[in-house]
Amino acid sequence: MIALSGIAKRFPNGVQALNDLSFTVGRGEFVSLLGPSGCGKSTALRLAAGLLTPDAGTVTCADGKPQIGFVFQDHTLMPWADAMTNARLPLDLKRVPREQADACAVAALARVGLAGFERAYPRELSGGMKMRVSIARALAAQPQLLLLDEPFAALDEITRNTLGDDLLKLWREDGLTVLFVTHSVSESSYLSQRVLVMTSRPGRITADIALASGRDSRLSPVTIEAQRFISGALNTAIAA
Amino acid sequence: MRRLADFLLPLAVAAFLLGAWEAAVAHWQVPAYVLPAPSAIARAFADNFGSLMEALASTLAVTLEAFVAACVLGIATATAFSQSRLLERTLYPYAVILQVTPVVAIAPLILIWVGFERINLALVIIATIVAFFPILAGATLGLKSADFNLIDLTRLYGASRLQTLWRIRLPNALPYLLSGMKTAGGLALIGAVVAEFVAGSGTATGLAWRIVESGNRLEIATLFAALALLALTGVMIFAALSFLEWWLLRRWHESAISAS
Ligand SMILES: Nc1ncnc2c1ncn2[C@@H]1O[C@H](COP(=O)(O)OP(=O)(O)OP(=O)(O)O)[C@@H](O)[C@H]1O
Ligand SMILES: [Mg+2]
Repeated sequence: MIALSGIAKRFPNGVQALNDLSFTVGRGEFVSLLGPSGCGKSTALRLAAGLLTPDAGTVTCADGKPQIGFVFQDHTLMPWADAMTNARLPLDLKRVPREQADACAVAALARVGLAGFERAYPRELSGGMKMRVSIARALAAQPQLLLLDEPFAALDEITRNTLGDDLLKLWREDGLTVLFVTHSVSESSYLSQRVLVMTSRPGRITADIALASGRDSRLSPVTIEAQRFISGALNTAIAA
Repeated sequence: MRRLADFLLPLAVAAFLLGAWEAAVAHWQVPAYVLPAPSAIARAFADNFGSLMEALASTLAVTLEAFVAACVLGIATATAFSQSRLLERTLYPYAVILQVTPVVAIAPLILIWVGFERINLALVIIATIVAFFPILAGATLGLKSADFNLIDLTRLYGASRLQTLWRIRLPNALPYLLSGMKTAGGLALIGAVVAEFVAGSGTATGLAWRIVESGNRLEIATLFAALALLALTGVMIFAALSFLEWWLLRRWHESAISAS
């Protein structure tokens, strides 16, 4: 689906965020990008989305540029617009006719469990609900590739787990390709099929771990075993 | 209940002060050409009602025209600035120069250039210069302070600059713009009054001119009546713009929500 190869990125202030970063995400995969804070995960995700240009290396998409859905670390909603208008934004920008856009937005909100909140403004919603609107917005344009930047980092554990399960469900139903940035070992071990571990800055991939199937609950032995393995790889990456 | 108190308490204070004023003038027998009693001012107001209202209409027209002109010019300039950093860097210093130069100093020049036969246009231009800057500053800040991530999101969906401006930047600028407009409303009135003062006798017909004229004739009660009318106009403009601000922001902006 998307391949980054030999990526380097240096910011104008002299910070070398990434150096020789390469990885691929196949069609339909759910991949986690895991690394310590400040290692360049957000930068890598923005490069993948084409919001930043690399200094060196290439970002290639196998079959044309896919429609991308992007979920930021915070909800990034328009405070002046209700949930419906927020979820509809991608369609409005693509000049989809109003009625069709409305229907898509309503459907997207319903899928993230927000039916009945179409007319609520962001300030009237809880943190978790705002994050759901943000996900609904990413889904509204029917993306092939969903990029998420620590979407649940600011939420409590209960909400985080629920939203994680919802995300898994959406991924299975839609045949989405998901690249999920996180700093949580347990989240990556449960949600994804593959975990990419990054070193501290300048970031690059040090381990590419394919996870065994059978992780159907957060506490199943296979999941716990995966966690142990990922933790080990992460510790090696940080020490290196 | 709270709102009623907000209204009644200042009113009670006003009644008390007016009563004390009336009593003090009567007690010390202050001459009317120094400080007229409120009752005398009220009488002067009633006697000159027609001409005062005409003067008010004239000043108000200049103020409103200048305010609208300042809004249009300020928003247009800020929008142009938001689209081109180069343009902003080139022209912003001139906007600042216009702002910091005392308008009384440029007013005579404008009057001469525009000509006394088009006095109203000259007054509107002077008042517009005074009211322009807060709108430009508010709109510029608002257009620039939109969430970068939100702007990036519009790029992901291939939005045009116009779409980003219309869907993200302008709504984001609204609170800043309205706050600038509240300041500008008062400044437009001040600008109109200053312009009338500078224009001087025979030409201007507004409230400021009534104040100068009444002062020259030592009709201090009429002067006070005109002054009170001017203050009331200022308050009404501020109230109207505050209401507009609350109404437009009531669903989403913290400032309007805490006030309701
Ligand atoms: N716009 C920018 N200008 C300058 N430096 C930046 C910019 N964005 C990020 N950086 C730097 O690049 C490095 C990587 O940042 P990035 O946001 O990608 O990290 P991250 O892995 O997402 O961290 P976190 O887990 O804390 O979100 C950091 O050291 C940061 O200071
Ligand atoms: Mg980050």
